[in-house]
Amino acid sequence: MEKFDTIIVGAGLAGLASAYTLAREGLEVLVLERGDYPGAKNVTGGRIYVNPVRDLFPDLWENAPLERFIAHEGVTIMARERSITLNYYGNELCEKPYQSYSILRSKFDRWLAEQAEAKGAMLLSKVRVDDLIINNGKIDGVLAGGDELHGDVVIACDGVLSLISEKAGLRQPGLVNDYAVGLKEVIELDSSLINERFNLEEDEGAARLFVGEVTKGKFGGGFLYTNKDSISLGIVAGIKDLMEDDPRVEAPALLDEFKQRPEVAALIKGGETVEYSAHVIPEGGFKALGSLYGNGILVAGDAAGLALNIGFTVRGMEYALASGYYAAQAVLKAKEAGDFSTETLAVYKSLLEKSFVLEDFKNFQETPEALGNPRFFNHYPEMAGNIMRDIYNVPDGPKNRLYPTIKHYMTLGDMWTMFKDLRKVMRI
Amino acid sequence: MSEVMELKAKLGLDVFKPGEEAHIKIRPGMEKDPRLKKAILVCPAGLYSENEKGEVVLTIDGCLECGSCRLACGTEVLEWNYPDGGTGVQFRFG
Repeated sequence: MEKFDTIIVGAGLAGLASAYTLAREGLEVLVLERGDYPGAKNVTGGRIYVNPVRDLFPDLWENAPLERFIAHEGVTIMARERSITLNYYGNELCEKPYQSYSILRSKFDRWLAEQAEAKGAMLLSKVRVDDLIINNGKIDGVLAGGDELHGDVVIACDGVLSLISEKAGLRQPGLVNDYAVGLKEVIELDSSLINERFNLEEDEGAARLFVGEVTKGKFGGGFLYTNKDSISLGIVAGIKDLMEDDPRVEAPALLDEFKQRPEVAALIKGGETVEYSAHVIPEGGFKALGSLYGNGILVAGDAAGLALNIGFTVRGMEYALASGYYAAQAVLKAKEAGDFSTETLAVYKSLLEKSFVLEDFKNFQETPEALGNPRFFNHYPEMAGNIMRDIYNVPDGPKNRLYPTIKHYMTLGDMWTMFKDLRKVMRI
Repeated sequence: MSEVMELKAKLGLDVFKPGEEAHIKIRPGMEKDPRLKKAILVCPAGLYSENEKGEVVLTIDGCLECGSCRLACGTEVLEWNYPDGGTGVQFRFG
């Protein structure tokens, strides 16, 4: 009978980070991936922040196949017929070590898997895990493609739906309010054209977020990241909001309309779409986190709900890498103790609590509620757009004074609502 | 203005490897369940539609395996699994 120290379900960032860390320590690790290759089922909007995880994998970053370092940030507030863009250029964004990079997951995950294999991890692709083997309440391995594979511990890194955690009884199917769906196109465009259009030098990259009309007032937004010779363009929308009839809109239409906005169309003009993808994102924050461990099992990455939207930054990949790393540390401790029970594996949670992972989730636990305010996606973008229109407008008669122009949009009632909304935002 | 690409054409850009059996199925008798209608709105691949009998129909070809329908409709109306290993969508960029 085959027996491994650890069986990892899913060759995404969490699973591969675990495999890399455990193999580095000499453990026998098996990674099972249902795609043709690691990354075949994995999608990101497009950007990874390296700082929080740099030291967990010190040898990794120098040769990592990342796309461009993000040198320019931008946010666009979109109203129906106008938009306002705020660009941020900062010297620190262009200084090494760079804080964030655009990334394409099929390329990156395949490479990361090779690094884990080089450390001694075993990877089997094209294998779907169908069930768990449970003996006397302890998870002892997995059933995959008709084979029984045994291990001291299973790490579920099977992504946002985590059917494995459900089978382990660690969670129920997720509540729709806690999830968003991202739709993305990868649009090939000559790198020199990208540099010209986005004001970039060499391997500098740009990141843009869009909020407002892009989701028709529904929770979410648009994103654009420049890769080496392509652009990742997409939208993210709350699934609950997409299910509502007011306004009734089919998800794919949101992306099409976003692409047709003159502000966006000009940026991707002449580009050729080469892939269309979609992926669900856990956005429920701290309150929506599932159980992180059980008898013979640990859960990491999206499977544990470890993604965080705080408006200007939407992050998941660092949490996946870090939780994978800490899951591996927990396995090492359990191995030392010769015990893989719930009590021993609980160390995983305390490791996460001491790290940036659960610190971030606790700090930002009010964020999903504060950002869920529909006025941010509808009322305020329109208002801001209208104010700008009137400020720039030169009529055929006399022009109104600026203060009354702005004041016109802010009655006492409006100001009171804004004040209340602002108070909620201050909890972020 | 860029041209709008048909959803089918967009899905045609992706690499799909056929499987033997549909990995998502509408549970028998649930075709008219109102919960299923939500899938028409949320599915990024537009695979759900309503026929003239008021039943929701699912075409599995082009499934991006995102899971939106499982979250929106629930497992009482959908029998939901991932496709067999080595089948389904294979992202080349991701």
